[in-house]
Amino acid sequence: MKHFLIVAVLVIISTFLVYFGLAHAGLFPAQASTQAVYIDQLFQIHIKLISFLFSLIVVILFYSLIVFRKKKGETGDGAYITGNTNLEIIWTVIPIMIVIYLAYVGAYTLGEVRQIDQSALQVKVTAGQWYWQFAYPDYSISTNELYLPLNRQVDLQMTSKDVIHSFWVPEFRVKQDIVPGQTTELRITPTIAGDYKVRCAELCGASHAYMEGLVRVVNQVDFDAWVKTQQSTAVQDPVLRGQQLVNQYGCTTCHSQDGSQKIGPTWLHLADSKVPLAGGKSVTADKAYLVSSILEPNLDVVKGFPSSVMPSFKDTLDQTQVEAIVAFIQSLK
Amino acid sequence: MKKILSLGLVRGLIWQVLGTALGIGFVCLVRLLMHLPVWKAEPAVVFGALTGAIFFLIGLGVFRDWYRMAMGQAVEEMPDESGLGWIRYFGVSLDHKVIGIQYMVLALVLMSVGGIFALIFRTELVETGMQFLTMIEYNTLMSLHGMVMIISILVGIAAIMNYTIPLLIGASDMAFPRLNAFSFWIAVPAGLILLSSMALGGFDTGWTGYPPLSVRAPLGMQMFFLGVALAGFTSILGSVNILATIIRLRAKGMTPFRMPIFIWASIATSMISLTATQLIGLSFEMVMFQRLFGMGFFDPVKGGNPILFQHLFWFYSHPAVYVFVLPGLGIISELLPVFARKPLFGYKWVAMSSLGIALVGFLVWGHHMFASGMAEYLRVPFMYSTLLVAVPTGVKFFSWVATVWKGKITFPVPMLFIVAAVVVFLLGGLTGPPNATVATDLHLTDTYFIVGHFHDTLFGGFMFPFFAAVYFWYPKMTGRKLDDKLGKLHFWLVTPAFFVLSTLMMRIGLLGIRRRIADYDPALNFQSDHLVMTITGFLIALGVGVFIINLIRSAKHGELATGNIWNSRSPEWQVPSPMPMHNYEKPFEVVGEPYDYGLPGSVYVKFEGE
Repeated sequence: MKHFLIVAVLVIISTFLVYFGLAHAGLFPAQASTQAVYIDQLFQIHIKLISFLFSLIVVILFYSLIVFRKKKGETGDGAYITGNTNLEIIWTVIPIMIVIYLAYVGAYTLGEVRQIDQSALQVKVTAGQWYWQFAYPDYSISTNELYLPLNRQVDLQMTSKDVIHSFWVPEFRVKQDIVPGQTTELRITPTIAGDYKVRCAELCGASHAYMEGLVRVVNQVDFDAWVKTQQSTAVQDPVLRGQQLVNQYGCTTCHSQDGSQKIGPTWLHLADSKVPLAGGKSVTADKAYLVSSILEPNLDVVKGFPSSVMPSFKDTLDQTQVEAIVAFIQSLK
Repeated sequence: MKKILSLGLVRGLIWQVLGTALGIGFVCLVRLLMHLPVWKAEPAVVFGALTGAIFFLIGLGVFRDWYRMAMGQAVEEMPDESGLGWIRYFGVSLDHKVIGIQYMVLALVLMSVGGIFALIFRTELVETGMQFLTMIEYNTLMSLHGMVMIISILVGIAAIMNYTIPLLIGASDMAFPRLNAFSFWIAVPAGLILLSSMALGGFDTGWTGYPPLSVRAPLGMQMFFLGVALAGFTSILGSVNILATIIRLRAKGMTPFRMPIFIWASIATSMISLTATQLIGLSFEMVMFQRLFGMGFFDPVKGGNPILFQHLFWFYSHPAVYVFVLPGLGIISELLPVFARKPLFGYKWVAMSSLGIALVGFLVWGHHMFASGMAEYLRVPFMYSTLLVAVPTGVKFFSWVATVWKGKITFPVPMLFIVAAVVVFLLGGLTGPPNATVATDLHLTDTYFIVGHFHDTLFGGFMFPFFAAVYFWYPKMTGRKLDDKLGKLHFWLVTPAFFVLSTLMMRIGLLGIRRRIADYDPALNFQSDHLVMTITGFLIALGVGVFIINLIRSAKHGELATGNIWNSRSPEWQVPSPMPMHNYEKPFEVVGEPYDYGLPGSVYVKFEGE
């Protein structure tokens, strides 16, 4: 009996200590959306359960290992106890009840997280290797930075150009894969203004790590102002247009403009220079070569760079867009 | 030279090279006859790799006995190989003990290779920016680390099951010794094909190989698919053998509830690998065919669906986790009574909980796909079924702590690893429910939290019990004990380092670090965490290095241990070590309960004539 009492007290103490430790360990990023509030409440329930169950098993285990260890000079075996059906029933039924409770709060929280607001801001998200594109059908804007008004639900309708990607802003907690050939939905209500990053969470190829995009949460006034500037700056100059496009389509993830080494060749001084190819030949980087490198990137790979890393942009870009990008690359001579 | 060529392994490897060349040549010939361009790398290399694997098995001689049987010639039923010495470890042996040790060595080789991959990419992660790896190289190493380790685990559990099961149930060998040899040897060319992916452009998909990414990946991807599909035969055929052996070859008096508890775990594991492994082979073959023949199973443009792959893949790959851990949990239940000197608490409940986990394990695969875009209503039933796994798992934990309660506990090296296994598996178990409830999982999925969680379950459920089992049964294999000091050094190098490693993984995952990234945002300030994780990684490697040195050294120089050194009731310890060629010279009969420690005068088995 004495052993049980000591163990009970130790389990209680340990539970509080573990919970205190976990609660103050700074385990979560900022809580910046309505959905995050519900999710973090559920996390708190989990942390309490973890603290208790961890203490229960570890305290009894280590108490036994210390107190019931074989002392010097002792011989013989331990107590002959083969089992106890009542105990077995108790530690089957109580976990079942905990499971039912977790199932209930789990479903409840999911319901809250998936609450649909009819007046949500519509944004169409297109993901590709390796870029994010956001289109606002209500305002006819397309950008590569996601601007969101504060405290208004945004309905992200997402699809992928190539492989599976995943939309995740850690501060918003929720995550949704983006699948080619279908549209997935994610709803977020940002509650704290500031800059965040959307990070692709599903391995999507070589530059997966760099598939990040800016998410800026601003108040309604600033949002309206941003919409106005976006609408008025439809760029005509092909070089500037090209510069926009290379950012938008993530070309700059792999190609630098300052001569530094990234996954692909730099664009600095590229146009009209002599380029050594993987096969041993070389070619002049004229307009025709630049165009074909965008449309059929694996045809003439530059020496020293891996092939089949860059996806083809044949179905993604139209002719004027390709020409604008080439014009931009040529401007970096 | 002649001696080297007489080794089955060497012959097999030479034949594999020949077979690969022949396969490639055959594809080129067919293309020539069809008036196509002669050289196309992908079909040629895939077919060549397949024929290479088959040639390996032929050259090795795995089919020899079956061929003779088919020709109506006589084969020796139970050949005595004891005169061959060490050579029989390098060729086809029908002795389950030899095959068990072959499995063990292969598991350790694969484990070392997978571990070295991890050390390489962990070193890359110390600093932000790419230091000495390209991103493709990083992704290849990271993906191969996953799959090589998974195969090493499957091979490792096969090692323990093959070596111990006939001994524990009193059989002279497995039910199908030739199939047993086949199951082992196919893992060797499969592993080589898997590793050859590195030389063929690598692949960048992770071990999950999700299309469409895997459809676009370099040629190395196909070697990955083919290697895994072939290695699957090890699991499928191995489990047939184990189930048949347990059902048919038990000693007299060994009724189901008098079997050693590890046997129950082996039954549960084998039931899963017998029925689910096909699905990972199938899903990988479908992607292979999509790449080779343009079949659009997972291509939305052709009416396919990328998410279908994930269903097929996880229908195996979730139960597979229980394939990895159930034998380990069985080892914990098997060894705890020996070192606590007390009966296993609630034997029947522990036995049934293994079957319960195996059963529920088949119904939970969707929890890997909560964020995948599968039909939304499916998330709720998968949440319920997943939470249910906690119940039978809980029964095991409660039984373990009740087993040590009021024992007379000693702490030799196997027991140290058992204790670490219980605590680490507890951490893995307790971090499971947050992944089961959908809303919290939407934050956790595809982050380092998951990485930490499954490293905990696999170290607690496989790695530590595997170490314990090797320390425990090594004297049975060799007649010598593993060195105690080196064993303790191994334990103290690995265990604290692993706790730090997995805890940090979970922490940075919660704070926003995604899985499988070759580089990370310096603004998140996780450089020091990554540095500490890399150091712990090297400490673990050092510990495993000490373990391997101990294994090699003690085989010759270890302390002699031919008797019942653990004072166990189990039959294999009632006869001198090492075990003779065909196990027990006299059959035994089960006359008591397996774990009645503390009951004076009771025995588990009685040998004939005693």
